[in-house]
Amino acid sequence: MKYHFQTAEDLIKLTKLHKVPISEIAKLYESQRSGSALSTIRNKMKLTRDIMYKAVKKGIKSNKKSIMGISGSDAQKVYESLKNLKKMMGNKVTVRAMAYALAVGEQNARMGRIVAFPTAGGAGVVPGVLFSAAEHFKAGKRKLLRGMFCASAVGIVIAEGSTISAAKGGCQAEIGAAVAMAAAGLTEMRGGTPEQCFDASAIAFKSYLGLACDPLAGLVEVPCIKRNAIGCMAAIGASDMVMAGVKSYVPFDEVVRAAKDIGRTMPRTIKETALGGLAITPTGNRLKKKLGLRITREL
Amino acid sequence: MNEISIFDIAGPIMVGPSSSHTAGACKIGQFARALFHGTPRKVTFYLHGSFAEVYKGHATDRALLGGVLKMRTSDPLIKDSFKVADKKKIEYEFKKKFLGERYHPNTVEIVLENSRRKLSVIGSSVGGGVIEILKIDNFNIRLRGRAGKYLSLVVRHDKNKMVIPKLKEKVNALKGIRVHDVEQRTYKDKTLSILHTKGRRIKLPEVIELEKSMQHVDFIRSLSKLEKQ
Repeated sequence: MKYHFQTAEDLIKLTKLHKVPISEIAKLYESQRSGSALSTIRNKMKLTRDIMYKAVKKGIKSNKKSIMGISGSDAQKVYESLKNLKKMMGNKVTVRAMAYALAVGEQNARMGRIVAFPTAGGAGVVPGVLFSAAEHFKAGKRKLLRGMFCASAVGIVIAEGSTISAAKGGCQAEIGAAVAMAAAGLTEMRGGTPEQCFDASAIAFKSYLGLACDPLAGLVEVPCIKRNAIGCMAAIGASDMVMAGVKSYVPFDEVVRAAKDIGRTMPRTIKETALGGLAITPTGNRLKKKLGLRITREL
Repeated sequence: MNEISIFDIAGPIMVGPSSSHTAGACKIGQFARALFHGTPRKVTFYLHGSFAEVYKGHATDRALLGGVLKMRTSDPLIKDSFKVADKKKIEYEFKKKFLGERYHPNTVEIVLENSRRKLSVIGSSVGGGVIEILKIDNFNIRLRGRAGKYLSLVVRHDKNKMVIPKLKEKVNALKGIRVHDVEQRTYKDKTLSILHTKGRRIKLPEVIELEKSMQHVDFIRSLSKLEKQ
Protein backbone atom coordinates (compact mmCIF):
# COMPACT_ATOMS: atom_id res chain seq x y z
CA MET A 1 0.00 0.00 0.00
CA LYS A 2 2.06 2.82 -1.35
CA TYR A 3 -0.24 5.74 -0.61
CA HIS A 4 -1.87 4.46 2.54
CA PHE A 5 -2.31 6.94 5.36
CA GLN A 6 -4.22 7.11 8.61
CA THR A 7 -2.67 10.06 10.38
CA ALA A 8 -1.46 13.54 9.54
CA GLU A 9 2.07 12.35 10.14
CA ASP A 10 1.71 9.63 7.47
CA LEU A 11 0.24 12.16 5.10
CA ILE A 12 2.98 14.74 5.59
CA LYS A 13 5.62 12.02 5.11
CA LEU A 14 3.97 10.97 1.84
CA THR A 15 3.85 14.55 0.54
CA LYS A 16 7.56 14.97 1.36
CA LEU A 17 8.46 11.65 -0.26
CA HIS A 18 6.65 12.37 -3.51
CA LYS A 19 7.11 16.15 -3.39
CA VAL A 20 3.41 16.84 -4.06
CA PRO A 21 0.67 18.65 -2.10
CA ILE A 22 -1.91 16.86 0.07
CA SER A 23 -4.55 17.00 -2.66
CA GLU A 24 -2.36 14.91 -5.00
CA ILE A 25 -1.84 12.26 -2.32
CA ALA A 26 -5.61 12.16 -1.76
CA LYS A 27 -6.17 11.48 -5.45
CA LEU A 28 -3.47 8.81 -5.59
CA TYR A 29 -4.82 7.20 -2.42
CA GLU A 30 -8.31 7.00 -3.87
CA SER A 31 -7.01 5.70 -7.17
CA GLN A 32 -5.07 2.97 -5.41
CA ARG A 33 -7.98 2.11 -3.12
CA SER A 34 -10.66 1.87 -5.77
CA GLY A 35 -8.59 0.90 -8.79
CA SER A 36 -10.06 3.77 -10.82
CA ALA A 37 -8.04 6.07 -13.05
CA LEU A 38 -7.02 9.49 -11.74
CA SER A 39 -9.18 11.17 -14.37
CA THR A 40 -12.28 9.26 -13.17
CA ILE A 41 -11.65 10.46 -9.65
CA ARG A 42 -11.17 14.03 -10.78
CA ASN A 43 -14.44 13.86 -12.72
CA LYS A 44 -16.26 12.42 -9.74
CA MET A 45 -15.02 15.30 -7.62
CA LYS A 46 -16.16 17.73 -10.31
CA LEU A 47 -19.63 16.22 -10.11
CA THR A 48 -19.54 16.66 -6.36
CA ARG A 49 -18.48 20.27 -6.84
CA ASP A 50 -21.32 20.93 -9.31
CA ILE A 51 -23.96 19.55 -6.96
CA MET A 52 -22.60 21.65 -4.10
CA TYR A 53 -22.61 24.69 -6.36
CA LYS A 54 -26.24 24.10 -7.33
CA ALA A 55 -27.22 23.79 -3.67
CA VAL A 56 -25.45 27.08 -2.92
CA LYS A 57 -27.06 28.91 -5.84
CA LYS A 58 -30.53 27.61 -5.02
CA GLY A 59 -30.07 28.36 -1.35
CA ILE A 60 -29.09 32.01 -1.70
CA LYS A 61 -32.10 32.70 -3.91
CA SER A 62 -34.78 30.80 -2.04
CA ASN A 63 -36.58 32.13 1.00
CA LYS A 64 -38.85 29.12 1.37
CA LYS A 65 -39.17 27.96 4.95
CA SER A 66 -37.98 24.51 6.01
CA ILE A 67 -40.48 21.71 6.57
CA MET A 68 -40.88 22.59 10.25
CA GLY A 69 -40.77 26.29 9.44
CA ILE A 70 -38.02 27.29 11.85
CA SER A 71 -35.37 28.31 9.32
CA GLY A 72 -35.14 29.35 5.75
CA SER A 73 -34.44 32.91 4.69
CA ASP A 74 -31.15 33.90 6.32
CA ALA A 75 -28.88 32.99 3.41
CA GLN A 76 -30.70 35.45 1.19
CA LYS A 77 -30.37 38.21 3.78
CA VAL A 78 -26.65 37.72 4.25
CA TYR A 79 -26.06 37.46 0.52
CA GLU A 80 -27.96 40.69 -0.06
CA SER A 81 -25.71 42.41 2.48
CA LEU A 82 -22.78 41.86 0.11
CA LYS A 83 -24.14 44.76 -1.91
CA ASN A 84 -23.51 47.04 1.01
CA LEU A 85 -20.18 45.79 2.29
CA LYS A 86 -19.22 49.04 3.94
CA LYS A 87 -21.67 48.28 6.72
CA MET A 88 -20.17 44.87 7.39
CA MET A 89 -17.14 44.15 9.54
CA GLY A 90 -16.03 41.00 7.72
CA ASN A 91 -14.54 41.29 4.27
CA LYS A 92 -16.15 40.06 1.08
CA VAL A 93 -14.73 36.54 1.27
CA THR A 94 -15.94 35.89 4.81
CA VAL A 95 -19.42 37.38 4.38
CA ARG A 96 -19.92 35.50 1.14
CA ALA A 97 -18.65 32.29 2.77
CA MET A 98 -21.26 32.72 5.50
CA ALA A 99 -24.02 33.30 2.97
CA TYR A 100 -23.03 30.15 1.08
CA ALA A 101 -22.83 28.06 4.24
CA LEU A 102 -26.28 29.25 5.30
CA ALA A 103 -27.55 28.46 1.81
CA VAL A 104 -26.40 24.84 1.97
CA GLY A 105 -27.75 24.41 5.49
CA GLU A 106 -31.13 25.76 4.51
CA GLN A 107 -31.30 23.62 1.38
CA ASN A 108 -30.56 20.64 3.58
CA ALA A 109 -33.37 21.53 5.97
CA ARG A 110 -35.76 21.84 3.02
CA MET A 111 -34.81 18.27 2.05
CA GLY A 112 -33.06 19.57 -1.04
CA ARG A 113 -30.14 17.80 -2.65
CA ILE A 114 -26.76 18.53 -1.07
CA VAL A 115 -23.37 16.87 -0.60
CA ALA A 116 -22.69 15.65 2.91
CA PHE A 117 -19.17 17.02 3.29
CA PRO A 118 -18.33 15.21 5.58
CA THR A 119 -21.87 14.94 6.98
CA ALA A 120 -25.12 16.77 6.30
CA GLY A 121 -24.99 18.67 9.61
CA GLY A 122 -21.68 20.28 8.70
CA ALA A 123 -22.23 20.37 4.96
CA GLY A 124 -22.12 24.16 4.68
CA VAL A 125 -18.62 24.93 5.92
CA VAL A 126 -16.49 23.39 3.19
CA PRO A 127 -18.49 24.74 0.21
CA GLY A 128 -18.91 28.08 1.98
CA VAL A 129 -15.20 28.64 2.55
CA LEU A 130 -13.88 27.03 -0.61
CA PHE A 131 -16.38 28.49 -3.09
CA SER A 132 -16.09 31.95 -1.63
CA ALA A 133 -12.28 31.74 -1.74
CA ALA A 134 -12.34 30.32 -5.27
CA GLU A 135 -14.26 33.36 -6.46
CA HIS A 136 -11.59 35.55 -4.89
CA PHE A 137 -8.59 33.83 -6.52
CA LYS A 138 -7.47 33.79 -10.10
CA ALA A 139 -7.80 30.31 -11.63
CA GLY A 140 -10.21 29.62 -8.81
CA LYS A 141 -11.87 26.58 -10.34
CA ARG A 142 -8.74 24.47 -10.47
CA LYS A 143 -7.69 25.60 -7.01
CA LEU A 144 -11.15 24.74 -5.76
CA LEU A 145 -10.73 21.09 -6.72
CA ARG A 146 -7.37 21.01 -4.94
CA GLY A 147 -9.00 22.45 -1.87
CA MET A 148 -11.74 19.82 -1.96
CA PHE A 149 -9.28 16.94 -2.30
CA CYS A 150 -7.13 18.32 0.51
CA ALA A 151 -10.20 18.76 2.74
CA SER A 152 -11.25 15.16 2.05
CA ALA A 153 -7.82 13.87 3.04
CA VAL A 154 -8.08 15.71 6.37
CA GLY A 155 -11.57 14.22 6.77
CA ILE A 156 -10.12 10.74 6.38
CA VAL A 157 -7.55 11.45 9.09
CA ILE A 158 -10.35 12.55 11.45
CA ALA A 159 -12.59 9.61 10.56
CA GLU A 160 -9.73 7.14 11.09
CA GLY A 161 -8.54 8.63 14.36
CA SER A 162 -11.85 9.68 15.87
CA THR A 163 -15.33 9.83 14.36
CA ILE A 164 -17.45 12.02 12.08
CA SER A 165 -20.75 11.05 13.68
CA ALA A 166 -22.34 13.54 16.07
CA ALA A 167 -24.24 10.71 17.71
CA LYS A 168 -20.83 9.39 18.80
CA GLY A 169 -18.76 12.53 19.27
CA GLY A 170 -21.04 15.54 19.46
CA CYS A 171 -20.95 18.55 17.16
CA GLN A 172 -17.15 18.64 17.20
CA ALA A 173 -17.31 15.51 15.04
CA GLU A 174 -19.48 17.14 12.38
CA ILE A 175 -19.08 20.90 12.19
CA GLY A 176 -15.75 20.70 14.04
CA ALA A 177 -14.45 18.22 11.47
CA ALA A 178 -15.82 20.34 8.63
CA VAL A 179 -14.08 23.44 9.98
CA ALA A 180 -10.77 21.57 10.27
CA MET A 181 -11.18 20.28 6.72
CA ALA A 182 -12.10 23.67 5.29
CA ALA A 183 -9.14 25.32 7.04
CA ALA A 184 -6.73 22.87 5.45
CA GLY A 185 -8.38 23.11 2.04
CA LEU A 186 -8.23 26.89 2.07
CA THR A 187 -4.61 26.87 3.21
CA GLU A 188 -3.65 24.62 0.33
CA MET A 189 -5.56 26.83 -2.12
CA ARG A 190 -3.52 29.78 -0.87
CA GLY A 191 -0.29 27.92 -1.47
CA GLY A 192 0.43 26.76 2.07
CA THR A 193 2.68 23.77 2.72
CA PRO A 194 1.22 20.46 3.97
CA GLU A 195 2.50 21.32 7.47
CA GLN A 196 0.72 24.66 7.32
CA CYS A 197 -2.47 22.94 6.18
CA PHE A 198 -2.43 20.71 9.23
CA ASP A 199 -1.49 23.60 11.50
CA ALA A 200 -4.57 25.43 10.28
CA SER A 201 -6.66 22.28 10.80
CA ALA A 202 -5.30 21.82 14.29
CA ILE A 203 -5.98 25.44 15.29
CA ALA A 204 -9.51 25.24 13.88
CA PHE A 205 -10.31 21.82 15.33
CA LYS A 206 -8.99 22.77 18.78
CA SER A 207 -11.54 25.59 18.93
CA TYR A 208 -14.34 23.13 18.29
CA LEU A 209 -13.37 20.38 20.75
CA GLY A 210 -16.20 19.41 23.07
CA LEU A 211 -18.94 21.19 21.18
CA ALA A 212 -22.33 19.77 22.11
CA CYS A 213 -24.75 18.45 19.52
CA ASP A 214 -27.99 19.72 21.01
CA PRO A 215 -30.26 20.70 18.12
CA LEU A 216 -33.81 21.83 18.87
CA ALA A 217 -36.18 18.86 18.58
CA GLY A 218 -33.33 16.97 16.94
CA LEU A 219 -33.76 18.90 13.70
CA VAL A 220 -30.64 19.81 11.73
CA GLU A 221 -31.68 23.48 11.76
CA VAL A 222 -31.14 25.36 15.02
CA PRO A 223 -28.29 25.91 15.86
CA CYS A 224 -26.71 23.85 13.07
CA ILE A 225 -27.28 26.15 10.10
CA LYS A 226 -25.84 29.27 11.70
CA ARG A 227 -23.09 27.25 13.31
CA ASN A 228 -22.00 26.36 9.80
CA ALA A 229 -21.74 30.04 8.96
CA ILE A 230 -19.70 30.81 12.07
CA GLY A 231 -17.58 27.75 11.25
CA CYS A 232 -16.55 29.45 8.02
CA MET A 233 -15.20 32.40 10.01
CA ALA A 234 -13.22 30.00 12.22
CA ALA A 235 -11.75 28.17 9.24
CA ILE A 236 -10.77 31.37 7.47
CA GLY A 237 -9.37 32.76 10.71
CA ALA A 238 -7.26 29.68 11.36
CA SER A 239 -5.93 29.75 7.83
CA ASP A 240 -5.12 33.45 8.10
CA MET A 241 -3.24 32.91 11.34
CA VAL A 242 -1.16 30.13 9.83
CA MET A 243 -0.36 32.18 6.74
CA ALA A 244 0.81 34.93 9.09
CA GLY A 245 3.30 32.47 10.55
CA VAL A 246 1.43 31.07 13.55
CA LYS A 247 1.92 27.38 14.33
CA SER A 248 -0.26 25.00 16.30
CA TYR A 249 1.39 24.02 19.58
CA VAL A 250 -0.40 20.67 19.63
CA PRO A 251 0.07 18.58 16.48
CA PHE A 252 -3.09 17.66 14.54
CA ASP A 253 -2.92 13.93 15.31
CA GLU A 254 -2.95 14.67 19.04
CA VAL A 255 -5.93 16.99 18.61
CA VAL A 256 -7.77 14.14 16.87
CA ARG A 257 -6.93 11.85 19.77
CA ALA A 258 -8.26 14.47 22.16
CA ALA A 259 -11.46 14.69 20.12
CA LYS A 260 -11.91 10.95 20.41
CA ASP A 261 -11.44 11.04 24.16
CA ILE A 262 -13.85 13.94 24.60
CA GLY A 263 -16.40 12.22 22.37
CA ARG A 264 -16.22 9.08 24.49
CA THR A 265 -16.71 10.85 27.81
CA MET A 266 -19.35 13.29 26.58
CA PRO A 267 -22.76 12.68 28.11
CA ARG A 268 -25.37 11.02 25.91
CA THR A 269 -27.79 13.92 26.36
CA ILE A 270 -25.74 16.18 24.11
CA LYS A 271 -24.98 13.69 21.37
CA GLU A 272 -27.75 14.23 18.83
CA THR A 273 -30.42 12.88 21.15
CA ALA A 274 -32.20 16.19 21.82
CA LEU A 275 -32.16 15.39 25.55
CA GLY A 276 -29.90 18.21 26.74
CA GLY A 277 -28.47 21.66 26.11
CA LEU A 278 -30.36 23.97 23.77
CA ALA A 279 -32.87 21.24 23.00
CA ILE A 280 -34.36 21.40 26.51
CA THR A 281 -34.56 25.18 26.84
CA PRO A 282 -38.14 26.55 27.00
CA THR A 283 -37.88 27.40 23.29
CA GLY A 284 -36.59 23.94 22.50
CA ASN A 285 -39.36 22.28 24.48
CA ARG A 286 -42.03 24.40 22.81
CA LEU A 287 -40.86 23.08 19.47
CA LYS A 288 -40.75 19.54 20.82
CA LYS A 289 -44.34 19.89 21.97
CA LYS A 290 -45.34 21.13 18.53
CA LEU A 291 -43.81 18.01 16.97
CA GLY A 292 -45.33 15.68 19.53
CA LEU A 293 -42.01 14.65 21.06
CA ARG A 294 -41.58 13.57 24.66
CA ILE A 295 -40.37 16.33 26.98
CA THR A 296 -37.86 15.00 29.49
CA ARG A 297 -36.83 18.09 31.42
CA GLU A 298 -36.71 21.83 31.09
CA LEU A 299 -34.00 24.30 32.03
CA MET B 1 -7.89 -3.60 4.56
CA ASN B 2 -10.97 -1.43 4.92
CA GLU B 3 -9.87 1.98 3.78
CA ILE B 4 -12.18 4.97 3.83
CA SER B 5 -12.88 6.42 0.42
CA ILE B 6 -12.45 10.15 -0.10
CA PHE B 7 -15.97 10.06 -1.48
CA ASP B 8 -17.23 8.83 1.88
CA ILE B 9 -15.96 12.17 3.16
CA ALA B 10 -16.84 14.27 0.10
CA GLY B 11 -20.24 12.64 -0.11
CA PRO B 12 -22.73 11.08 -0.27
CA ILE B 13 -24.81 13.23 -2.54
CA MET B 14 -28.12 13.13 -0.74
CA VAL B 15 -31.31 14.85 0.22
CA GLY B 16 -31.26 16.28 3.73
CA PRO B 17 -31.49 16.79 6.50
CA SER B 18 -28.97 14.39 8.09
CA SER B 19 -26.36 12.08 6.60
CA SER B 20 -26.55 9.53 9.38
CA HIS B 21 -30.27 9.85 10.04
CA THR B 22 -31.50 10.28 6.47
CA ALA B 23 -28.96 9.03 3.91
CA GLY B 24 -27.62 6.22 6.11
CA ALA B 25 -31.14 5.19 7.07
CA CYS B 26 -32.13 5.07 3.41
CA LYS B 27 -29.15 2.82 2.67
CA ILE B 28 -30.05 0.40 5.46
CA GLY B 29 -33.53 0.21 3.92
CA GLN B 30 -32.03 -0.54 0.53
CA PHE B 31 -29.91 -3.33 1.99
CA ALA B 32 -32.89 -4.86 3.75
CA ARG B 33 -34.92 -4.79 0.55
CA ALA B 34 -32.10 -6.37 -1.47
CA LEU B 35 -31.70 -9.13 1.12
CA PHE B 36 -35.45 -9.76 1.20
CA HIS B 37 -35.70 -9.87 -2.57
CA GLY B 38 -39.20 -9.03 -3.74
CA THR B 39 -41.92 -6.72 -2.53
CA PRO B 40 -42.75 -7.00 1.15
CA ARG B 41 -46.37 -6.69 2.28
CA LYS B 42 -45.52 -5.41 5.68
CA VAL B 43 -42.47 -3.65 7.05
CA THR B 44 -41.84 -2.97 10.72
CA PHE B 45 -39.05 -0.68 11.84
CA TYR B 46 -37.72 -1.00 15.40
CA LEU B 47 -35.83 2.19 16.16
CA HIS B 48 -32.98 2.15 18.66
CA GLY B 49 -31.08 4.90 20.50
CA SER B 50 -30.81 8.23 18.74
CA PHE B 51 -32.96 6.93 15.88
CA ALA B 52 -35.78 6.40 18.37
CA GLU B 53 -35.37 9.85 19.91
CA VAL B 54 -35.20 12.13 16.91
CA TYR B 55 -36.42 10.15 13.91
CA LYS B 56 -39.33 12.45 13.10
CA GLY B 57 -37.42 15.68 12.61
CA HIS B 58 -34.64 14.02 10.63
CA ALA B 59 -37.13 12.26 8.39
CA THR B 60 -35.46 8.97 9.38
CA ASP B 61 -38.82 7.24 9.03
CA ARG B 62 -39.38 8.50 5.50
CA ALA B 63 -35.80 7.65 4.51
CA LEU B 64 -35.94 4.11 5.92
CA LEU B 65 -39.17 3.46 4.10
CA GLY B 66 -37.80 5.14 0.98
CA GLY B 67 -34.83 2.77 1.06
CA VAL B 68 -37.12 -0.21 1.37
CA LEU B 69 -38.96 1.18 -1.67
CA LYS B 70 -35.63 1.16 -3.54
CA MET B 71 -35.20 4.92 -3.53
CA ARG B 72 -31.69 6.33 -3.74
CA THR B 73 -30.25 8.63 -1.12
CA SER B 74 -30.35 11.54 -3.58
CA ASP B 75 -33.95 10.89 -4.64
CA PRO B 76 -36.22 13.86 -3.90
CA LEU B 77 -39.13 11.38 -3.69
CA ILE B 78 -37.94 10.39 -0.19
CA LYS B 79 -40.00 13.30 1.06
CA ASP B 80 -43.15 11.50 -0.10
CA SER B 81 -42.22 7.90 0.65
CA PHE B 82 -45.29 7.39 2.88
CA LYS B 83 -47.54 8.23 -0.04
CA VAL B 84 -45.61 5.94 -2.38
CA ALA B 85 -45.88 3.07 0.10
CA ASP B 86 -49.62 3.64 0.48
CA LYS B 87 -50.01 3.55 -3.27
CA LYS B 88 -48.10 0.27 -3.46
CA LYS B 89 -50.19 -1.07 -0.58
CA ILE B 90 -47.19 -1.79 1.62
CA GLU B 91 -48.02 -1.61 5.31
CA TYR B 92 -45.46 0.09 7.50
CA GLU B 93 -45.04 0.68 11.18
CA PHE B 94 -42.46 2.40 13.38
CA LYS B 95 -41.76 1.25 16.93
CA LYS B 96 -39.19 2.20 19.53
CA LYS B 97 -37.12 -0.66 20.91
CA PHE B 98 -33.88 -0.93 22.85
CA LEU B 99 -31.78 -3.46 20.93
CA GLY B 100 -28.82 -3.69 23.31
CA GLU B 101 -25.76 -1.83 24.54
CA ARG B 102 -23.49 -3.24 21.87
CA TYR B 103 -25.20 -1.37 19.07
CA HIS B 104 -24.35 2.08 17.76
CA PRO B 105 -26.92 4.73 18.79
CA ASN B 106 -28.14 5.05 15.20
CA THR B 107 -29.47 1.55 14.77
CA VAL B 108 -32.65 0.07 13.37
CA GLU B 109 -34.08 -3.40 13.09
CA ILE B 110 -36.14 -3.84 9.95
CA VAL B 111 -38.55 -6.77 9.73
CA LEU B 112 -39.91 -7.40 6.25
CA GLU B 113 -42.77 -9.82 5.70
CA ASN B 114 -44.97 -11.17 3.00
CA SER B 115 -47.37 -14.10 3.13
CA ARG B 116 -44.57 -16.66 2.82
CA ARG B 117 -41.40 -15.16 4.19
CA LYS B 118 -40.06 -13.04 6.97
CA LEU B 119 -36.63 -11.45 7.26
CA SER B 120 -35.09 -9.32 9.95
CA VAL B 121 -32.09 -7.08 9.40
CA ILE B 122 -30.24 -4.95 11.95
CA GLY B 123 -28.20 -2.10 10.58
CA SER B 124 -26.33 0.89 12.01
CA SER B 125 -25.61 4.22 10.42
CA VAL B 126 -22.17 5.04 11.74
CA GLY B 127 -21.78 8.57 10.38
CA GLY B 128 -21.39 10.39 7.11
CA GLY B 129 -23.78 8.01 5.37
CA VAL B 130 -21.62 4.96 6.05
CA ILE B 131 -23.57 1.98 7.31
CA GLU B 132 -22.96 -1.46 8.76
CA ILE B 133 -25.30 -4.43 8.59
CA LEU B 134 -24.83 -6.30 11.85
CA LYS B 135 -27.46 -8.99 11.93
CA ILE B 136 -29.48 -10.91 9.36
CA ASP B 137 -32.12 -13.06 11.07
CA ASN B 138 -30.13 -14.79 13.80
CA PHE B 139 -26.72 -14.44 12.24
CA ASN B 140 -24.38 -11.83 13.65
CA ILE B 141 -22.38 -10.45 10.78
CA ARG B 142 -20.55 -7.30 9.86
CA LEU B 143 -21.18 -6.02 6.37
CA ARG B 144 -19.80 -2.60 5.65
CA GLY B 145 -21.55 -0.50 3.08
CA ARG B 146 -19.05 1.97 1.79
CA ALA B 147 -18.98 3.89 -1.43
CA GLY B 148 -18.70 1.52 -4.36
CA LYS B 149 -18.15 -1.58 -2.26
CA TYR B 150 -21.33 -3.53 -2.70
CA LEU B 151 -20.01 -6.53 -4.57
CA SER B 152 -21.08 -9.16 -2.06
CA LEU B 153 -23.21 -12.26 -2.30
CA VAL B 154 -25.16 -13.34 0.76
CA VAL B 155 -25.96 -17.05 0.94
CA ARG B 156 -27.92 -19.03 3.51
CA HIS B 157 -27.39 -22.76 3.36
CA ASP B 158 -27.36 -25.95 5.44
CA LYS B 159 -24.45 -26.36 7.81
CA ASN B 160 -21.57 -28.69 6.97
CA LYS B 161 -22.65 -29.38 3.44
CA MET B 162 -19.80 -28.60 1.16
CA VAL B 163 -21.84 -25.80 -0.33
CA ILE B 164 -19.45 -22.92 -0.31
CA PRO B 165 -16.46 -24.51 -2.08
CA LYS B 166 -18.83 -25.61 -4.84
CA LEU B 167 -20.44 -22.19 -5.06
CA LYS B 168 -17.06 -20.51 -5.05
CA GLU B 169 -16.03 -22.63 -7.99
CA LYS B 170 -19.16 -21.67 -9.86
CA VAL B 171 -18.77 -17.97 -9.17
CA ASN B 172 -15.12 -18.06 -10.19
CA ALA B 173 -16.19 -19.77 -13.43
CA LEU B 174 -18.20 -16.67 -14.35
CA LYS B 175 -16.25 -14.37 -16.58
CA GLY B 176 -14.69 -11.39 -14.86
CA ILE B 177 -15.67 -12.25 -11.29
CA ARG B 178 -13.45 -13.63 -8.58
CA VAL B 179 -14.26 -14.51 -4.97
CA HIS B 180 -11.61 -12.99 -2.77
CA ASP B 181 -12.99 -13.47 0.69
CA VAL B 182 -15.63 -15.56 2.46
CA GLU B 183 -17.18 -14.87 5.87
CA GLN B 184 -19.34 -17.43 7.61
CA ARG B 185 -21.64 -17.45 10.64
CA THR B 186 -23.49 -20.49 11.87
CA TYR B 187 -26.66 -20.58 13.92
CA LYS B 188 -28.17 -23.99 14.78
CA ASP B 189 -28.20 -26.03 11.56
CA LYS B 190 -27.92 -23.14 9.13
CA THR B 191 -24.96 -21.13 7.95
CA LEU B 192 -24.92 -17.65 6.51
CA SER B 193 -22.01 -16.98 4.19
CA ILE B 194 -20.95 -13.73 2.65
CA LEU B 195 -18.87 -13.98 -0.48
CA HIS B 196 -16.95 -10.82 -1.26
CA THR B 197 -16.25 -10.70 -4.94
CA LYS B 198 -13.97 -8.61 -7.09
CA GLY B 199 -14.18 -7.60 -10.70
CA ARG B 200 -17.42 -6.77 -12.45
CA ARG B 201 -20.89 -6.77 -10.91
CA ILE B 202 -22.75 -10.05 -10.91
CA LYS B 203 -25.99 -9.89 -12.91
CA LEU B 204 -29.37 -10.91 -11.58
CA PRO B 205 -29.98 -13.79 -14.08
CA GLU B 206 -26.62 -15.22 -13.04
CA VAL B 207 -27.64 -15.09 -9.39
CA ILE B 208 -30.92 -16.86 -10.12
CA GLU B 209 -29.06 -19.44 -12.17
CA LEU B 210 -26.66 -20.04 -9.26
CA GLU B 211 -29.52 -20.35 -6.81
CA LYS B 212 -31.28 -22.93 -9.00
CA SER B 213 -28.19 -25.00 -9.65
CA MET B 214 -27.13 -25.35 -6.03
CA GLN B 215 -28.45 -27.89 -3.55
CA HIS B 216 -28.88 -27.27 0.19
CA VAL B 217 -29.11 -23.55 -0.43
CA ASP B 218 -32.02 -21.52 0.96
CA PHE B 219 -31.25 -18.35 -0.91
CA ILE B 220 -28.57 -16.37 -2.63
CA ARG B 221 -28.83 -12.60 -2.66
CA SER B 222 -26.69 -10.24 -4.59
CA LEU B 223 -25.95 -6.81 -3.19
CA SER B 224 -24.32 -5.61 -6.37
CA LYS B 225 -27.39 -3.77 -7.61
CA LEU B 226 -27.21 -1.41 -4.69
CA GLU B 227 -26.33 2.20 -5.00
CA LYS B 228 -22.81 3.18 -5.89
CA GLN B 229 -21.91 6.67 -4.84
